[in-house]
Amino acid sequence: MSVIYVLLTISVTVALFFFIAFIVSVRSGQYDDSYTPSVRMLFEDELVKKGDTSKEKRTKINPTK
Amino acid sequence: MDKVSCYHCGDPCGNTKVVFDNKTFCCNGCKTVYEIFSDHDLSYYYDLQQAAGTSPAEIEGKYDFLDTPAIAEKLIEFQDGRMAIINLYIPNIHCSSCIWVLENLNKLNPQVLNSQVNFPKKTIRITYNRDSLSLKELVILLSRIGYEPYLSLEDLGKTTKSKDRSLIYKLGVAGFAFGNVMFLSFPEYFDIKEAQAADFWLTEYKTFFRWLMFAFALPVVFYAGQDYLKSAYKGLRARMLNIDVPIALGIIALFTRSTVDILFDYGPGFFDSLTGLIFFLLLGKFFQQKTYAFLSFERDYKSYFPIAVTRLLPEGGEESVQVYQIEKGDRLLIRNQELIPVDGILISPKTHIDYSFVTGESAPVPKKSGDKIYAGGKQISGAVEMDVLKPVSQSYLTQLWSNAAFHNQHSSEFRTLTDRIGKRFTLAVLSIATTATIFWLLTEPSMALNVFTAVLIIACPCALALAAPFTLGNLLRIFGNRKFYLKDTDAIEQLAKVDTAIFDKTGTLTKSNKEQVTYEGIVLNEDEKSLLVNTLRASNHPLSRSLYNLLADHDIITLDEYEEIQGKGLSARADDQQIKIGSAAFVGKNEDEETGKTVVHISANETYKGCFVFRNEYREGMSELFHKLSEQMDVAVLSGDNEGEKTRLQNLLPKLTPLFFNQKPEEKLEFVKSLQEQGKKVMMVGDGLNDAGALAQSEVGIAISENVNVFSPACDGILDAGKFGELDSYITASQKAMGIIKWSFVFSFIYNVAGLYFAVSGQLEPVIAAILMPLSSISVVGFTTIATNYVGRRLK
Repeated sequence: MSVIYVLLTISVTVALFFFIAFIVSVRSGQYDDSYTPSVRMLFEDELVKKGDTSKEKRTKINPTK
Repeated sequence: MDKVSCYHCGDPCGNTKVVFDNKTFCCNGCKTVYEIFSDHDLSYYYDLQQAAGTSPAEIEGKYDFLDTPAIAEKLIEFQDGRMAIINLYIPNIHCSSCIWVLENLNKLNPQVLNSQVNFPKKTIRITYNRDSLSLKELVILLSRIGYEPYLSLEDLGKTTKSKDRSLIYKLGVAGFAFGNVMFLSFPEYFDIKEAQAADFWLTEYKTFFRWLMFAFALPVVFYAGQDYLKSAYKGLRARMLNIDVPIALGIIALFTRSTVDILFDYGPGFFDSLTGLIFFLLLGKFFQQKTYAFLSFERDYKSYFPIAVTRLLPEGGEESVQVYQIEKGDRLLIRNQELIPVDGILISPKTHIDYSFVTGESAPVPKKSGDKIYAGGKQISGAVEMDVLKPVSQSYLTQLWSNAAFHNQHSSEFRTLTDRIGKRFTLAVLSIATTATIFWLLTEPSMALNVFTAVLIIACPCALALAAPFTLGNLLRIFGNRKFYLKDTDAIEQLAKVDTAIFDKTGTLTKSNKEQVTYEGIVLNEDEKSLLVNTLRASNHPLSRSLYNLLADHDIITLDEYEEIQGKGLSARADDQQIKIGSAAFVGKNEDEETGKTVVHISANETYKGCFVFRNEYREGMSELFHKLSEQMDVAVLSGDNEGEKTRLQNLLPKLTPLFFNQKPEEKLEFVKSLQEQGKKVMMVGDGLNDAGALAQSEVGIAISENVNVFSPACDGILDAGKFGELDSYITASQKAMGIIKWSFVFSFIYNVAGLYFAVSGQLEPVIAAILMPLSSISVVGFTTIATNYVGRRLK
């Protein structure tokens, strides 16, 4: 079999893989809410930091804000 | 005193300031929320965004109905033995702090297993342990921290409908195939002459490449492009030449010509143009679909009515009952601020009912025992009992929704500019194609079919079909950024054509919660003022309440005597001071009262002092708006209220503006209808349920809303009240947008003429089609986007 067929099969398979990945992600509702996850992502960082700092330190930060 | 704002909600703290933990709060409610948050280690809420909170509302007894299993079951989305999942709509969600605190609900109550906020939709999805946390407790928990869910009759019987994502799938399919076909057809763009062809590598794989393209084109035509084929078929059956007819003709011509071409080895076919065309068209459709997830344009009374009310059992005791299950003869208990769900007869001695949302009357209506009370009013004086006369579906208000205006989709009658052009376009294309074919049949018959299909292919109105979606879709976004939310792009086209504007008064021209009060008469001294305020304090009458809230605060003094006489007024005495507040006759003023005005008279120590006159406060820019609008269209005011404001409105509005008062909801609808029968294009601007009929009947119904998250009736657009004065500039922008579309039609015609030259002369190569089609589409899209942005920038 010529190499062209092999190459084409590979390229179409890769394209199909991404296409199916796209359909699956749309179906799972990933694009229904495109805003909240972007905010939520930032919280988790802050939360970890918060866990490390002591309570007194935190109350000190509050009034400055 | 400096203006101190509440640490929790940011509202200015009045005299009722509460200090706690070195922080000031505007009310005890806000303080409590702060306490809850700081006790549970959630004070990060305030770090994230300052003064993010909302003060919690009174909830005493409000959610008792959630303990009724039948009601709870209908609200819960999913439940098994131990846990339940519920989706709640919380209008208060407005910032990142809200998301954070709501997603950390399990810190407040460990029985909440998981909570996830959808910010654009303002909903929260909560998974909780149903054995140890009831739905009522969950809702109360949310309400206590200032996130009260909005539960209405609409939530009952709501079927969880799956979201329609087919357009995204189609776009995905078309885009995927388009990209691949472009790759595969690339080698064909190099014009290989027969002589060289023998030793060129492509010749060997030509058939394979072409059939692969054919395979990619199949799902594009029959899945992604099916809407165009269907719509064209429907249009033809209804004897209407819409824009989809030439598009479908183009798609069919492209597909069959290409298939025949590769089958008989005439050429590579036009699969690249075909997939590109459908991809661009779907892209336009996608762009046009701007939806505001947090708004609903389809609401009826159901989203305004409560789910359940309290029914008093004949043998004593109370129970929560679903509004739909209320029957004639039931006795209901309506608490303060609750909505009356059905028509009935008042049993309690007296009450006041606020009908402003339903009828447009601005002042609360007093009712006494035995009076008929209609559904939709808000009961605003303590708890009252009533007997039911009619079930909910037959009540006076809900009858309005059985009117035909709510059932026929007036958009189907409306033909867009594109469709109207599409008709002439199709006729032109078909006649050119036929003439060219006849010409070639006479000169060189073998070319005839080639030319015929080439004309159909090149004339496929891709750019034409993209002009409107991109112009209007972009304008829709620009309007949305300026707080004017339209349902769809058709609404812009309709808006551009409006020649009559009808306005409701209460809540539309006037601010819904603010009344201007002016005092006329002898100035009161300090003692009298203090007595006045303290007397008002004791009264529950709506006028007393609003007057009390407006007057400056005074020290609380003990009244020695206090009497409230139903329908007349108040009298009170403290030390040697005596005061009477109420109607003219009651305070001893002999003059006839002016009708229609809301006036509270005052007399102190038996001498007449003066009166407070309540006036509606009109929105800023109302007068200017009417003057500007009246230059280009007819304007009128249609109010459900009495004539009390007539002279004042006449002074504010342009001369001879027709003013109609005491209009019932059906009368408003009929009024709009009669104007339409005269051939007018009517824009109705309203706010309440009483305008719902007129909003549905009019070409463009615009609801004015002070808070776009709360209820507004079904309409074509929602305008933020703060932008009321800008309404005329939105109309002008819509008209300009229609001009932009017409200009882009001119552009796309030029491209078509250039393409037709190749087609008619029989020299249409696939590569020319592949260049011309995207080029025309992209230039039209670019032109419309730049032009609408320019128009948008000129908006304030």
